[in-house]
Amino acid sequence: MNHLESYLILSALLFSLGLYTVITRKNGVAILMGIELILNAANINFVAFSKFVTHQVEGHLMAIFIIMLAAAEAAVALAIILNLYNDQGNINVDEADALKR
Amino acid sequence: MSEVIFWVIWVLVVISAMIVAYSKNLIYSVFSLLATFVGVAAIYIFLNADFIAVTQIVIYVGGILVLLIFGIMLTNRIAVAKINQSSFQTSLGMVVVGAVFVILVITILGQSWPVLAESMDFDSTVGKIGTLLFGDYLILFEVASILLLGALIGAATLARKEL
Amino acid sequence: MPMVNLSLIILVLPLISFLFQIFFGKRLEHKKGEWISIALVLTTLLLAIIMFAQMLFDYQPDFRQEASINWVNLGQFQIEMGVLVDNITIIMLVVVALISSLVHLYSVEYMKNDVRYSRYFGFLGIFTFSMYGITIANNLFMIYCFWELVGLSSYLLIGHWWEKKSAADAGKKAFIVNRIGDIGMFMGMMVVATVAGTFNYQVLFERIASGAWAAGVQGLFGGVDPNTLLTWAGVLIFMGAIGKSAQFPLHVWLPDAMEGPTPVSALIHAATMVAAGVYLTVRIFPLLTPDAMAFVALIGGFTAFFAATIAITQNDLKKVLAYSTVSQLGYMIMALGTGAYVAGFFHLVTHAMFKALLFLASGSVIHMMHHSLTKLNDHHTDAQDMRNMGGLRSKMPITYAVFFIASLSISGIPLFSGFLSKDAILAGTWSYAAHIHDGWLAQAHLGWILPFFGFGAALITAFYMFRLIFMTFHGEPKRKDIFAKMHESPKLMTIPLMVLGALSTFIFFTLPSFNPLGGKSWFQTLVKQPETVVPMGAFDSEGFAHGLHLAHYPAMYTSLIVAGVGIGLAVLIYILKEIDPAKMAQRLGILYRGSLNKWYMDEIYLNGIIRPFLKGCDAIAYFDMEIYDHYVIDGVGRRVKALATGTGIADDLVVDGAVNLVGIIFQWLGWTFKFVQTGKIQNYLIYVLIGVLMVYLINVF
Repeated sequence: MNHLESYLILSALLFSLGLYTVITRKNGVAILMGIELILNAANINFVAFSKFVTHQVEGHLMAIFIIMLAAAEAAVALAIILNLYNDQGNINVDEADALKR
Repeated sequence: MSEVIFWVIWVLVVISAMIVAYSKNLIYSVFSLLATFVGVAAIYIFLNADFIAVTQIVIYVGGILVLLIFGIMLTNRIAVAKINQSSFQTSLGMVVVGAVFVILVITILGQSWPVLAESMDFDSTVGKIGTLLFGDYLILFEVASILLLGALIGAATLARKEL
Repeated sequence: MPMVNLSLIILVLPLISFLFQIFFGKRLEHKKGEWISIALVLTTLLLAIIMFAQMLFDYQPDFRQEASINWVNLGQFQIEMGVLVDNITIIMLVVVALISSLVHLYSVEYMKNDVRYSRYFGFLGIFTFSMYGITIANNLFMIYCFWELVGLSSYLLIGHWWEKKSAADAGKKAFIVNRIGDIGMFMGMMVVATVAGTFNYQVLFERIASGAWAAGVQGLFGGVDPNTLLTWAGVLIFMGAIGKSAQFPLHVWLPDAMEGPTPVSALIHAATMVAAGVYLTVRIFPLLTPDAMAFVALIGGFTAFFAATIAITQNDLKKVLAYSTVSQLGYMIMALGTGAYVAGFFHLVTHAMFKALLFLASGSVIHMMHHSLTKLNDHHTDAQDMRNMGGLRSKMPITYAVFFIASLSISGIPLFSGFLSKDAILAGTWSYAAHIHDGWLAQAHLGWILPFFGFGAALITAFYMFRLIFMTFHGEPKRKDIFAKMHESPKLMTIPLMVLGALSTFIFFTLPSFNPLGGKSWFQTLVKQPETVVPMGAFDSEGFAHGLHLAHYPAMYTSLIVAGVGIGLAVLIYILKEIDPAKMAQRLGILYRGSLNKWYMDEIYLNGIIRPFLKGCDAIAYFDMEIYDHYVIDGVGRRVKALATGTGIADDLVVDGAVNLVGIIFQWLGWTFKFVQTGKIQNYLIYVLIGVLMVYLINVF
């Protein structure tokens, strides 16, 4: 628990899993969850570096801003997803190709 | 003791994240995301980041996750208990993401991090964060508040039926 | 205000008149719009008279003001735009302004119902502008610019009634014949500019006098004699005067120019523009070498005599006056050539008055003839033919009176202006012939031909002028129907006539009581012969000047006698009818026919120059079209075409093939990669990640 690498590996795992979710899921809400995972991974990195490398709380501040950003993004994304649902009856993003057609 | 607890939580976070990524059932995904968030909050505790841990629980678990569940419920028929979700390009995604992960791990382990020798203990970060937030980062803070206001209005506008 | 500024104002006002008439004249036509032009020209007359008065009261024979700006800088060589005001300039300005103003006034009535009334006044404006420009120019280049401008305005005004083919042709003829002279003038200017490096009169004369000219010739041409080159320069510049002043070989345009409206003939082709050639000769007078002056004198003298002989037999009122003008211009040129500088310029001034008067008076007659013919619905009778006139004295008393005054003046009768100037010229030729011992003219023993030309022309002039008067105003009317409808011209036409009639008398030119400098007239005091800047060789200048004095009285008596003989002959033939002109014409035979047909000059030009030239053109065109084009151009063309066909095939196969291949490749690539563009953002994300990986791999390895 006192190794920076253990946190970084965890972060990398969360990032990869989030990325995988974003890439493979069709459901809009699931993609949103993937994004949250990625953001959490980034937060872990910030806080870990803050503790082990800088001994400053600026990293924490960044984490706070990211959390805030995630909240805003989730709210807007949910609104978009609702619109998507109203429009096409489901929230599968791969079917939202009206511009291509 | 704390070492054991740390690794248990570590594994818990990874497993729950994997469930988020791989579960066929969307409801399972959401609830394992809850576990992930809580686990990450615990990880923050280990990192002496008490304020972040609390914020993580309040905002992620209390806010974002609830939002996500609302999203799922509004966009699916409640009568169907099992809400399936499908995936595509899984094998290609696996390969590519696996490669990215390998690169990340190689980078992390191949680097000699400038870790400070003595471990510093934070008493409580709240005071420091507050000082910074209303000091050096005041403008950023204000901008963030405007961003949140914009997101609030934008979300409300977008979600209206008669858009 | 300095004279230079006044002269610049004078220069600009007619240009304003021109611009006004061209842009707004049409709208104000028949709404008194022409009075704006008239007001502007009258203003210039007023300013010119102010300058003239100042000149008279200051009485400085050497008065001279000059101002110039650099117009074009060509390194060492600079072309100036400048104003030179001296006594000659002022006198010339007054003459031009006066005639132009009177013609403007006269035209109001004369051109009354013209189709292009406002444009006519606009052209009068640009002519006046250009003539002022010639007058005040201080260098050859600027005079050349305005020289061409007067040529242009002359062309425009001769062709004013361009619906008439003869008028349009006359305009073209005037323009082209003038060009021939102007080419000579331009070459002369180039010689001057090359050797002396300046166009400015004063600087040029100074450089010639100081020996810079000789040094320049030495530097440029080595062995050439500087005086010979100077002679050539003078003769070449004088060629411009030959064209513009209608001297012998190039005189043919002036009689044809009578196709223009009569006021225009009075202004341009009698009083001012044709005198521009004389004015130019006056300006370059100091650089004329004795040889060049002999050439000038011979050209002038021959023209004076030659044109007079043609004028005898012409029946067209204006043609007689046109040849008379050519003859009188010859007088002026001859005077300058003989060195009677003051006399030549003096004759320019007096001639401007009485010749403008003659033209305007004949215009009055013609105008009334037109009126009568229009009333009679007769569109075939020539309104200008004297054979249709006769006895007009009783119907047009004012016109008759002024015509008579002008005729007396041109014939050189005492108490009239022409007497003063003409006698001075004749005295000059007399003295010149007596004192010329050197140069080609003396070697050819032609010295005495100049007085012969002079007095001969004087005799003929008196004869044809009175023939004109007797045929037009005396005797029985030849066409009773026309005669019955004739009456005097309106006031606006007769007032200019009366003004000019007054100015044709001696009193304005002698004015002895105004002259504080002595017994001479103001003219002779204020216009002084400039010091020549070229070596005069064996020519005895002082002896000439003395001889001029001595010859004055003999010349006067002789000229009075010849004038009397001429008038007497006219009286005998046309009043007393002692001699029948038809019989005399028969007896004189070839001489009469030659004169009537203008000594066949037009035919000589047509058959001797124009037709052979056109034949030569045809021959060259034949060679060009049939031989050169056929064998050389087309031959090359055929070979090039064959070559082009070959390269065309190569082009199609190789170059186009390559281009098409590239196109096909990219078409295929596009078709292939089309499937990459799925429109799904997650696909793109994968591509991005693949790209990131590739960048990483490239960096690592």
